[in-house]
Amino acid sequence: MASLINRNRPPAYCPGCSHETVTKALDKAFQALGLEGNQVVLVSDIGCSGLFDTFFNTHAFHGLHGRALTYATGIKPAQPHLTVVVTMGDGGLGIGGAHVASACRRNVDLTLLILNNFNYGMTGGQCSFTTPPDAVVGSGFLNRLERPMDAAELVRAAGAPFVSRCSSYRKDLPDKIEEAIGFNGFSVMDIWGICTGRYSKRNKLTPSTIQESLCALPPLDGPVQCNLREEYGTHYRRVAALEKKPSPPRAIEPVFEAPGAAREEIVLLGSAGQRILTAGEILCMAGMTAGLRASQKNEYNITVLRGPSVSELILSPEDIVFTGIEKPTVMVALAGEGVARRKALLSSLDESALVLRLAGVDIPPTDAGVHTVDLKSQGVRPPDFALASLAVLAKLERVVNLPMLKAAVSGRFRGPVAEEALSIIDKVNP
Amino acid sequence: MAMTFMEGNEAIGLGALAAGCRFFAGYPITPATTVFSSMVRLLPPAGGICLQCEDEIASAGACLGASMAGLKVMTATSGPGISLYSEHISFAIGSEIPIVIVDVQRLGPSTGSATRGADGDVQFLRWGSSGGIPVIVLAPVDVRDCYELTVHAFNLAEEFRCPVFVASNKEIGMTRESVDMDSWITPPLVERKTAPEQEPYLPFRSHAETGVPPFLPIGGKVLVRQTSSTHGEDGFITIDPALIEADRRRLGDKVTKGLSRFTFFEDLPAEGADTLLITYGVTARAAMAAVRNLQSCGRPVSLMVLKTLWPVPEALIRKKTEGYARIVVVEMNLGQYVREIRRVLGERTVEFFGKMNGDLISPATIEEVIKNG
Repeated sequence: MASLINRNRPPAYCPGCSHETVTKALDKAFQALGLEGNQVVLVSDIGCSGLFDTFFNTHAFHGLHGRALTYATGIKPAQPHLTVVVTMGDGGLGIGGAHVASACRRNVDLTLLILNNFNYGMTGGQCSFTTPPDAVVGSGFLNRLERPMDAAELVRAAGAPFVSRCSSYRKDLPDKIEEAIGFNGFSVMDIWGICTGRYSKRNKLTPSTIQESLCALPPLDGPVQCNLREEYGTHYRRVAALEKKPSPPRAIEPVFEAPGAAREEIVLLGSAGQRILTAGEILCMAGMTAGLRASQKNEYNITVLRGPSVSELILSPEDIVFTGIEKPTVMVALAGEGVARRKALLSSLDESALVLRLAGVDIPPTDAGVHTVDLKSQGVRPPDFALASLAVLAKLERVVNLPMLKAAVSGRFRGPVAEEALSIIDKVNP
Repeated sequence: MAMTFMEGNEAIGLGALAAGCRFFAGYPITPATTVFSSMVRLLPPAGGICLQCEDEIASAGACLGASMAGLKVMTATSGPGISLYSEHISFAIGSEIPIVIVDVQRLGPSTGSATRGADGDVQFLRWGSSGGIPVIVLAPVDVRDCYELTVHAFNLAEEFRCPVFVASNKEIGMTRESVDMDSWITPPLVERKTAPEQEPYLPFRSHAETGVPPFLPIGGKVLVRQTSSTHGEDGFITIDPALIEADRRRLGDKVTKGLSRFTFFEDLPAEGADTLLITYGVTARAAMAAVRNLQSCGRPVSLMVLKTLWPVPEALIRKKTEGYARIVVVEMNLGQYVREIRRVLGERTVEFFGKMNGDLISPATIEEVIKNG
């Protein structure tokens, strides 16, 4: 195959830069794989590694510092046949650290070439994630305080199934790149090299010292047995094909008549575990079985198993328009945690409002009519308190009636869950 | 009439699917998480791809990659995520990558309040990118808008090759409502204009009339170059000031010159009204209730609800405010969009009421503002 090097814009690095060696090796790998330019995309970002995409006659995507892997992660699943090669430096490795780790975990079929030259060449030779502490760099003494990171070891630990840590000057670099590209999964090469423009001016670094340093480390040069697994895209398509098409949102026909004709604003005040939000949903659906408009807003703690749970509901024969609760017609007090969140609102109620109070729950003084119900003594468990309180409202013919409530429950649940809920509604004594 | 019980975020998912979205990448964040939940349910069975990324930067980045590979893409977040999207918003603007970005706004600044609504990002969405090039921002009022404006957002992103924001609010996104889905209208879909599949392809040579470069996907037969750097028509870096200047102007012009076609708004004039109330987003609902109450007390007030916030529909604002003695702007922040109304209306006095404490602005509050002005 022909070279994919862009003859109109031949590689132009600093003299002696090892990036040029890698560029030529990558081209040889493309040729050995028999790839045409339009079968390849080079994805790069900022730094000297970001020059790669301009030197090849391939598709190219060049973006922001450290983010090349994120673009590649979007390109590959959209064009699965495409060979995607990502270049980044040790700068990109640092600023895009989370992307590197995630790409390893994900295992999309990409090849990442880390052009590791131990400093930020483009901005003046500052220290990077891989700079040795005894190096002289453009960051003053700061690199002495931080420990360099072993990129290959990191990606191995993060789950990359192909890892090679090697020198830009290894004789078989084209073969190794070819192997990495041919590998079906996320392959990473941590390729050590020399930045002649910045780093090696002040630090002794030669092909042979690189080789010595590499020899002192445990070898990593190909597939990592314990990380081998199905490639992400193949896996995704296999699992996605089994996903059922979601059923369209359920429409509720108006078949009943609501007990009242006015706008009702209902607030359920409870605690986590009482299924307040589900009860709110059921009340709205019950209203909809009578052709009422419904809205629901919820409030709960991030600790979903502890703390207050509040549901604000509006049922109205007219369009709801404003979804805020201004003047509740019914407040249901099932737990102190919820009551504490709406104390002022409870106190502001007038005599036309109803407070449905669970026996034992304290509420502030109010002008509203208070109806107390003891659900515990009726054998209702706390997870069913909210549902049972709806049954009480239905039996009082307030907001909803029994046919509306039962229709909502039968629509929302199936099988034994529905039967259990219906039996609770039947047995509750208002 | 059969009704469905649904929240705004789910409607955004349905709108995206109807618009042809086949790639979503996101990172969970309240109150936008349920957009992601919808997409992970809807996309895979439709042959689409839904990714949960490591952060918002990666989510936006993956979307840009997939968009350039030819798919219609969307991501969704809230204020803290918009902050992280910033560099990729700039990229999408400068390098003309279609993407729909949903911002289900929550009370800021910063992490603020995850479960409290606000419209505190409306200037941030406009200006939160490097370069200051105009963007498109649509603001839904209710669940139906969430569906329809999302489809419009895709159409605009594809037509103009730019990011388009849907500026929702926790109070719309996470509020469930009964809706008549049968009455929803799916706007006709717009696909990005493609270039002939022949070399040489200049990826940033814009169409003479539209100012938008015809598209070819990365991965197709013809080589495509995409870059975030300042580029010429060929996608390689340029330093030619004349060329750069012309191109920067084109990026804004291509969007603003089409504005009249996507100036979405609702106009509720009242006979004999001397006051025009202007608002947007969830506050429009309180305003509608307030205007209705005022009317029944014999105080007619006109209302205009803006659904295209950016580019600012200046011609519309000038025209609709004619003849009113009072202009009142109400919004769920401490005064952001009112700056635009004042800028457009120049010498005229524009009254303002804003609130930013996590609570909705109530109809009663708006009525007081009108009465006490």
